[in-house]
Amino acid sequence: MTADEVAGTLTDGMTVGIGGWGSRRKPMALVRAILRSPVRDLTVVSYGGPDVGLLCAAGKVAEVVYGFVSLDSIPYDPWFRRARETGAVRAREMDEGMLQCGLRAAAHRLPFLPIRAGLGSDVLAVDPGLRTVRSPYGDEEVLAMPPIPLDVALVHLNRADRYGNGRYLGPDPYFDDLFCLAATRRYLSCESIVDTAELAGLGPPQSLLLNRMMVDGVVETPGGAHFTSCVPDYGRDEHFQRAYAQAAAGDWPAFADRYLAGDEAAYQAAVS
Amino acid sequence: MTRAEVCVTACADLFAGDGEILASPMGPVPALGARLARLTTAPDLLLSDGEATLLDPAGTPEGWLPYRAVFDVVAHGRRHVVMGANQLDRYGNQNISGIGPHARPTRALLGFRGAPGNTVNHRTSYWVPRHTPRVFVPAVDVVCGVGHDRDGGPFHDLYRVVTDLAVLDFGGPDRTMRLVSVHPGVTVDDVLAATGFTPHVDEVAVTREPSAAEIALIGDLDPAGERDRAVPG
Repeated sequence: MTADEVAGTLTDGMTVGIGGWGSRRKPMALVRAILRSPVRDLTVVSYGGPDVGLLCAAGKVAEVVYGFVSLDSIPYDPWFRRARETGAVRAREMDEGMLQCGLRAAAHRLPFLPIRAGLGSDVLAVDPGLRTVRSPYGDEEVLAMPPIPLDVALVHLNRADRYGNGRYLGPDPYFDDLFCLAATRRYLSCESIVDTAELAGLGPPQSLLLNRMMVDGVVETPGGAHFTSCVPDYGRDEHFQRAYAQAAAGDWPAFADRYLAGDEAAYQAAVS
Repeated sequence: MTRAEVCVTACADLFAGDGEILASPMGPVPALGARLARLTTAPDLLLSDGEATLLDPAGTPEGWLPYRAVFDVVAHGRRHVVMGANQLDRYGNQNISGIGPHARPTRALLGFRGAPGNTVNHRTSYWVPRHTPRVFVPAVDVVCGVGHDRDGGPFHDLYRVVTDLAVLDFGGPDRTMRLVSVHPGVTVDDVLAATGFTPHVDEVAVTREPSAAEIALIGDLDPAGERDRAVPG
């Protein structure tokens, strides 16, 4: 598939889960394809980084489901900040462990999963739909985290084969497998597509994070996580990330025109 | 001896006696403190490289700790986190989500992040690099980290707050904030003027000075002087 074909499967109002963490191994080529597409009113579920920021900048987002949105080396994403401060998006904000718990409940097709995180905090005040549940085995009251089902999951790994088996080569799988298990349609972008035998030889079996029953489409997008990190293929492009953050506070039209007006090939040419 | 070094040893003292647990310091000064503690009073601490690998004091990988494993440790409880705070109140409620109403903040910050789960699952301390009335407020705008006026459950364990001026704990009435010590060169009145509520004050000590050996270790751990950028002067 191509990134634009993935974006073309999205329809207005869908819930889209995005893998990675902060400004790390984000499926940015798929996000950029969404920016170019007509889709809108998305609910975005993410351990948020510039994926959330760019989608907010383009007016694609109705609601964000998140524990944080950060660029890691820059604490706050400027576009998400603006979206929150202008009331442009609804915020379903929760503890980051609750987000994992909700994705897992969806993945396991359960009505809820218990978790202690959230109790006593304003998590329950800002999301009045949340309920607690008393243990049937004792007295303890815990949070009953509801599932966070996804229409679509978008994730980016280092290597994959054309069937949807995928391997990460960096130190952290993040929650990409869980995003895929929680979603109806699952799209994997990768730095390069290799044949299954080569994929098998690239490391131990336990870093084959995704298998083909968890993935519906594979896209080869070299540099597809840019400007977030995709180690060991490349680190975060800190220079470009600073330019992104500064442009959000300055001349955004010039930045968007230079980097986001064309297709993915034009983007990669502009940043190389 | 600099103020930054006093802050580093005060952060190191947070971990004294913690044993074989994961130290999760947020920010350069608590991170230096945790590494110093491991070389001195808390040799069994586990520390990550900030990504997904546990490193021993020599920098040798000794374990794998991706975010999913961190979440497991949070729930398991064998962890001491030192978080930052945009706002803290006398009960230890912490805000890192945003300033103003949550539905539409005047200043959006990080989000709840792991604060709700951390505070109800294991020992939590706070590090505040600039002790001001904007941070130490009568009431926080959004409760992320759970304070003592709320039900934090069976594993709620707020320990201490270290700032650039002082060390505080929750030994005041109703487990409110109490001034434990002021850093050398700081007066109790300085701290009170920089705090937007009145912390409990009885016998206030002076924060201990780092030893010559500790100062040397800090220099080795932080040759670039990151601590001095975090706490100038």
